[in-house]
Amino acid sequence: MHMGIRVVAQTYWRKTVARIVGGIGTSHVPAIGAAIDNGKTEAPYWKPLFDGYAPAREWMQETAPDVAIIVYNDHASAFSLELIPTFLVGVADEFQPADEGYGPRQVPVVKGDSKLAWHLAESLILDEFDMTIANKMPVDHGLTVPLSIMCDQPSEWPCQVVPLGVNVIQYPPPTGLRCYKLGKAIRRALDAYDDDIKVVIFGTGGMSHQLAGERAGMINQEFDQNFLDKLSHDPDSLAAISHKRYIQEAGAEGIEMVMWMVMRGAMNDDVKEIYRHYHVPASNTAAGLIILENAN
Amino acid sequence: MSKAPDFSDIPGTYVLDKEHSRKGYQLNMFCMSLNEQVNRDAFREDEAAYLERYPLTPEQRHAVLDRDWLGLLKLGGNVYYTFKIAAFDRISMQAMGGAMCDMTEDEFKEVMLTGGKDAHGHPRRGPNVLEKDGG
Repeated sequence: MHMGIRVVAQTYWRKTVARIVGGIGTSHVPAIGAAIDNGKTEAPYWKPLFDGYAPAREWMQETAPDVAIIVYNDHASAFSLELIPTFLVGVADEFQPADEGYGPRQVPVVKGDSKLAWHLAESLILDEFDMTIANKMPVDHGLTVPLSIMCDQPSEWPCQVVPLGVNVIQYPPPTGLRCYKLGKAIRRALDAYDDDIKVVIFGTGGMSHQLAGERAGMINQEFDQNFLDKLSHDPDSLAAISHKRYIQEAGAEGIEMVMWMVMRGAMNDDVKEIYRHYHVPASNTAAGLIILENAN
Repeated sequence: MSKAPDFSDIPGTYVLDKEHSRKGYQLNMFCMSLNEQVNRDAFREDEAAYLERYPLTPEQRHAVLDRDWLGLLKLGGNVYYTFKIAAFDRISMQAMGGAMCDMTEDEFKEVMLTGGKDAHGHPRRGPNVLEKDGG
């Protein structure tokens, strides 16, 4: 009798679910993609940045995820001011690179995981996150540059991708706290997903930068380093950063960092920082990269 | 209910909030149209005639024709949209950023290589990262 209960319990706890095997925070600067596409990564300007990406690429290869959920924002490519989804899940089988004014980036087509994406859409909406569902959309540098940073130039991307879009251009974007909570809801959805797949989640954008206005070129290394420090052990304090403080201290476009909070929310409360790289400048931006794994 | 913050005390910064978005909607949608090659061709053929398709204010129309990058922001433009005009001109983000603060592209790049600007918009002028040991 006791044995029987134990067997049932073990079977239950061994139920196969999607496993989060890593969280990645990274900038998605278009010029980083252009440096890769145009073979300039060894140039003096770019070499220090790309040297720092090498260990992250090794980690990505070793981790070999089946799926990457990429939290990113569209930059007036798939969406304009005509339609502004606050949160969005891309459920298609594939997503074409967008024409951002120069013709599309010459990178592989992004293959979706429609089954997982629909599961996420359903779970998140029932969990009170009212996602927009996108069956057809091109994806811009916000999504493809992080893939290039982590995977270099393969003939096909090594994993399927679920695009998770966040509006950060039209004020107000979702708050950092809301993004953090969305991450937790994504985790609940993954924990209830029946396929035994390895998932990584990317939070992209940032770090400090401002593209326009008389203050264009603003960088705040202190803000960024503090953000990277606290991401592992004090995410609650980061989730409380207001929109205004982001704009004031990290620049108008530094507000993209709310998307890193989605990634952090999907991880365990206890995480290990596996790797960090930080470099100024990448074009007009402070470029950061961090890899987190769940602690046991 | 949370009240929207006032951004007016942040120097040299244009937030696409509700007033800004209402003011700049048509301007930004004109910019958006440049994502399509057929529209880029038409704009290149006759800029002023192409602009007639959009109900812009005279000030917005002039700012587009004059490539008044800062003026475009003040008239409701958002950088992700107005940059589409710069991309059309094959002007870099750093050249456009420089033009907004009276710097050449090279001067602006130098500011970025020496730590960017502080929260008040003043160049930090730290050590040049390309000249540090190890490049």
